[in-house]
Amino acid sequence: MQYVDEFRDPELAKTLLSHIRHKVSAIAKASERPLQLMEVCGGHTHAIYKFGIDQLLPPEIEFVHGPGCPVCVLPMGRIDGCIEIAERPEVIFCTYGDAMRVPGRNGSLLDAKRRGADVRIVYSPLDTLTFAEQNPDKQVVFFGLGFETTMPSTALTLQQAKRRGLTNFSIFCQHITIIPTLRSLLEQPDVRIDGFLAPGHVSMVIGTTPYGFIAEDFHKPLVVTGFEPLDILQALAMLVDQIHDGRCEVENQYKRIVSQQGNALARKALDEVFELKESSEWRGLGSIAGSGVQLTPAYREFDAELRFNTQEHQVADDPQARCGDVLTGRCKPNDCPLFGTRCTPQNAFGALMVSSEGACAAYYQYRRGLA
Amino acid sequence: MCLGVPGQIVAVGEDIHQLAQVDVCGVKRDVNIALICEGEPAELVGQWVLVHVGFAMSIIDEEEAQATLEALMAMSVLEHEVGDFLGINAGADDAVR
Ligand code: SF4
Repeated sequence: MQYVDEFRDPELAKTLLSHIRHKVSAIAKASERPLQLMEVCGGHTHAIYKFGIDQLLPPEIEFVHGPGCPVCVLPMGRIDGCIEIAERPEVIFCTYGDAMRVPGRNGSLLDAKRRGADVRIVYSPLDTLTFAEQNPDKQVVFFGLGFETTMPSTALTLQQAKRRGLTNFSIFCQHITIIPTLRSLLEQPDVRIDGFLAPGHVSMVIGTTPYGFIAEDFHKPLVVTGFEPLDILQALAMLVDQIHDGRCEVENQYKRIVSQQGNALARKALDEVFELKESSEWRGLGSIAGSGVQLTPAYREFDAELRFNTQEHQVADDPQARCGDVLTGRCKPNDCPLFGTRCTPQNAFGALMVSSEGACAAYYQYRRGLA
Repeated sequence: MCLGVPGQIVAVGEDIHQLAQVDVCGVKRDVNIALICEGEPAELVGQWVLVHVGFAMSIIDEEEAQATLEALMAMSVLEHEVGDFLGINAGADDAVR
């Protein structure tokens, strides 16, 4: 948009940085340890490293890279489930490109494609409906992956599939929701987070209200944040202001996109198509109650796992991999014994290395040798 | 997958089930507008939207964008005054190399 350049203005960035410095040095005098601020969303992780924001900040600020990257928290067993379906001869399996290289027990979807499965990368779930109409003798399956940002588009696609009476279309549902996960993080005794940068595009759908409990029940400040460098710096300034003043509020830096109530049309579509699942598995974090969704009875005919009667795949996380500790701020990516050895972007072991939005990939790409 | 791109709506169909055309950095793309259209699609022409996996997800509020920038500018003026007063502007500058 016409403002993108302005949101990268280096002069304004300097001002914000000096503001952050002053506030942080005042806070640091009163505290012995650095501030740990969690950027929940992988999009923020990527931007922070890409623009070098982490290196401009005073050492009293440390980032914790949260669980808000759907690819990074994707358990191996779910990839195995996708591959089980994708390798059926009658199936065209469609996915966002981000999920292609995530390893399962029997390799990734990319490996399945190399073995001959018809796996296609789509830009939009709407493309999959076209495939279904063009291939009536095939079963087209869409890998519905992601948080509330991608959920409405899956919901609208399902509504269209129903309206068009498509019988050869279904979805493999791996949609998850961020709020229960943040709550479960905050309930863990040894996780120490001083404030949150909340995801901009999830919030565009859910609004800022659902974060209220973080300020009220857990007394942590939170700022909903955009993705340009100045957005992130301004949000950081807002966070350190809150910490400095001893306030805990939900603030919104990304007002041009995010409203308090979110997108009502999107939420209505979600309510029609999805319902909460009892619990969902997260890579590195285990099982979290109420953190995932499944199709409502009215849409269950489109559930690929029911249609193909797939097995439940449960794969324990490798004990050496420290993905879960990175996601909860207990360690930095380069503290993991597999970092840069068994786990690299070319040959990833954990999903935090596969996704370009993953903390380990960002460290590997931008921070190797610096840390 | 989770980031959107801003674009400007340049053409719409008769109803919300028809795809609209959005100009994203000079490239025209078809997008679904069912998540942002509460009235007549025609009212959306010229609006800026955030496009995500083929769907317009949010109308970009240009006034809010402008307000954010103005708040930042105001801060920069203020910071410089305070900085001059405290003699710290040089220090702040060399922090950003
Ligand atoms: S280096 Fe690999 S295995 Fe270790 S935490 Fe990062 S993604 Fe997980």
